[in-house]
Amino acid sequence: MSGLDVVELSRLQFALTALYHFLFVPLTLGLSVILAIMESVYVMTGRRIWRDITMFWGILFGINFAMGVATGITMEFQFGTNWSYYSHYVGDVFGAPLAIEGLMAFFLEATFIGLFFFGWDRLSKPGHLAVTWCVAFASNFSALWILIANAWMQHPVGSRFNPETMRMEVTDFFAVLFNPVAQSKFVHTVSAGYVTGSVFVLAISAYYLLRGRHVEIAKRSMTVAASFGLASALSVVVLGDESGYETTQNQKMKIAAMEGMWHTEPAPAPLTVFGIPDQQARETRYRIQIPWLLGLLATRSISQPVPGIFELVDDAKGRIRRGIEAFGAVQALRRNPRDAAARETLDKSQDDLGYAMLLRRHVDDPAKATDAQIEQAAWTTVPDVPVLFWAFRTMVGLGFYFITLFAVMFLVAARRELERRRWLLRLAFYSLPLPWIAAEVGWVVAEYGRQPWIIEGVMPTFLAASPVPVSNVWISLSGFVLFYTVLLVVDLYLMIKYARLGPSETWEVPDMATRHAPPGGVRVDRETLRPRPTPAE
Amino acid sequence: MNVPIDYDTLRVIWWALLGVLLIGFAIFDGFDLGTAILLPFLGRTDMERRLLINSVGPVWEGNQVWFILGGGAMFAAWPPLYATAFSGFYLAMFVVLLALILRPVAFKFRGKLENAAWRTMWDWALFIGGFVPALIFGVAFGNVLEGVPFYFDDDLRPYYIGSFFGLLNPFALLCGLVSVAMLTTHGAVYIWMKTVDALAERARRAGIAASLVTFALFAVGGVWLYAGIAGYTITSAIDSAGPSNPLRKTVEVAAGAWFDNYRTTPWTVIAPLLGLGGPLLTAVLLSLRKPLGAFLASAVGLLGIIATPGLAMFPFILPSSSEPRMSLTVWDASSSHLTLFVMLIAAVIFLPIILAYTAWVYRVLHGKITPKMFETNRQAY
Repeated sequence: MSGLDVVELSRLQFALTALYHFLFVPLTLGLSVILAIMESVYVMTGRRIWRDITMFWGILFGINFAMGVATGITMEFQFGTNWSYYSHYVGDVFGAPLAIEGLMAFFLEATFIGLFFFGWDRLSKPGHLAVTWCVAFASNFSALWILIANAWMQHPVGSRFNPETMRMEVTDFFAVLFNPVAQSKFVHTVSAGYVTGSVFVLAISAYYLLRGRHVEIAKRSMTVAASFGLASALSVVVLGDESGYETTQNQKMKIAAMEGMWHTEPAPAPLTVFGIPDQQARETRYRIQIPWLLGLLATRSISQPVPGIFELVDDAKGRIRRGIEAFGAVQALRRNPRDAAARETLDKSQDDLGYAMLLRRHVDDPAKATDAQIEQAAWTTVPDVPVLFWAFRTMVGLGFYFITLFAVMFLVAARRELERRRWLLRLAFYSLPLPWIAAEVGWVVAEYGRQPWIIEGVMPTFLAASPVPVSNVWISLSGFVLFYTVLLVVDLYLMIKYARLGPSETWEVPDMATRHAPPGGVRVDRETLRPRPTPAE
Repeated sequence: MNVPIDYDTLRVIWWALLGVLLIGFAIFDGFDLGTAILLPFLGRTDMERRLLINSVGPVWEGNQVWFILGGGAMFAAWPPLYATAFSGFYLAMFVVLLALILRPVAFKFRGKLENAAWRTMWDWALFIGGFVPALIFGVAFGNVLEGVPFYFDDDLRPYYIGSFFGLLNPFALLCGLVSVAMLTTHGAVYIWMKTVDALAERARRAGIAASLVTFALFAVGGVWLYAGIAGYTITSAIDSAGPSNPLRKTVEVAAGAWFDNYRTTPWTVIAPLLGLGGPLLTAVLLSLRKPLGAFLASAVGLLGIIATPGLAMFPFILPSSSEPRMSLTVWDASSSHLTLFVMLIAAVIFLPIILAYTAWVYRVLHGKITPKMFETNRQAY
């Protein structure tokens, strides 16, 4: 077998299963809202075509949703199977948002998704619309709670270490709930989902227009996608900036790595547009920079510096030394829980306790660490700079591309010139995979950029894994990859088949309200939402 | 923050709520797991199989959240249990996850192509997705009753020292079969309620057989537990509101100790009585053709069967066979006082809401499933 150890394999498994899961989540987030918008138009106008539109995109939504659920089951249990020490150490804080996600959001979503598909002929029009909106809200609420949990890993607030139970415990639940990182991450992530949903609808509609099929449905879908997508793409970039600002406040190392900024630049720092970061040489070559921009964006001031990697590593050394004191205090408190001096030391330096744990990769007892080991441990706080540098630039570049794409499509749709601009339709079609690339590299920036920490500053990843046999992780890792890949192939096959098949051939549903709708729809009584005869007749 | 409910009370409430979630999972998701187990045997034609699948089609997804929520609640309220059990039962959990992953895709993908081989393949995928979790959950219960070989190091990192095949011992397998039989019963009763004609009649007969098997296996399990499985007792003083640290007590392993609670607290005997009476009554009511009564009797049986080991082991939730003093109990394996309280508020608010909208959805979807539904609903599976 290869030389990978349990920690590396568990990380690989978590990354792969999360990235697979995140292929389906953004589309669910976006498409659920788009479906709700489309069905709202149906209920408000009473035009049959909007119902066909909703049902058609609903089919594709359903195939995607099944994969999202399938890959999501693993995530809920993987903390326990593969990250048992993490689960013990932070379950008191981290478990609560996950459980509340189930109580408040996923239950609602999963219960109503059945009615979305099976309720068309059992519910009134507003009743079914309410169900669709419930699915959309619930999927977004799900994201909120998951990101509250995730934000605590990025910025662990409202908690402290308890030496009696040897774990982190909640001290202020509202601080966890209203974590500023959670808020900026939530809006950034759901907006990214809306962009994904919009590009999906846009691209497949463009395909129909290019082929001259389902033109009426495609044009209407495209209008919804272009307008919703434009708003979302603007929001994703603006709120991504907010997310970046929060990161500057709380994860300075991540920002420095994303920017490939080894040394603190005089404020306001320039923004590096291009460069070749070299992790070994600890420098970024061939930099092309825009003066002032990073300082302005990251600190929202012209006087605050953005610290570079070298400066942050120096900080880390100081924190490791204070962490060693905290670690000693924990040991003393375990021998004698009433040791007042140790309690005081721990209270004073417990924010740095996690830094002492970085040493445990090099030495069993952090108190016995040499200066060289402290230096070595401090440098492990630097994440993978070239990967972050390029992942971040890919994400931001795509973000601006989406704004442009949607703006142009929106203008063209508003001027009713969609069918004539064939090159634009082709561009829209070939943009289909881009939001997934943006979402996946976004995950890389956020989570790979958090390394070496599983919880920023509190717990290093290498301490968190379950002590299970390497062979077991090989079995599960290869099993998941094989299984997911087969399912993904089937999923894509069905998606493409049903996208090609298109709306009108798929079904013909009797509907008393709109069966005999004349061209242009029927006049609908605003009170009852039932058709009323035109006065001329 | 001041928490208005005592720590030990909250621990008992969360112990009970974990039971509620497990029982909720068995009652709601149980019938669609059971339906999946019966699918290849009761459904003789593609149409019959479609009827079976669509009888649970609109609701199974919501039902499965009981399981997801159970995992989340265990993580939030019992972190050491979540950490120890799932890392210990690593491969078993992996197999359960694979089986459960098959379910959403099998439901969704099966009807998307007309090809017969394609559909048969997904039928068996659904069967696996029903049978394997049902079996392994029961096996897990059996192992918990026997004690699981694990210990903690000084940092409270849990180590499991058993093997995967060690989990598949005779007593645990018997518990697994109890679980399969009881969920099959539950599924059969549900199918009988939702379908008509020959299919319904086949389900009714399967339900009678399965409920009698459940009764017999559960009774055998009880005798075996009494005669052959040692129980655990805490022998040191108990600080029921102390910190959650499982290294601070002494524990004795003694034959018959799992029956102490039934002796000292006689009302708890109601659980095994319901576990025996529920399946018997189900068989009787199925014979008398009383659908609602049979379903309720089956649900009560599930409640009794799941509550039996829970009450027998109290306060133990995960006994350690290799280091009994490190066993996890209600008093030393919970979250902090504050987290238990916050989670209780969330549960008190949302569980009734969940039950309310679930009831509404079942009401909207009530009625028998017949081939007619496929004429009007092209979104059916």
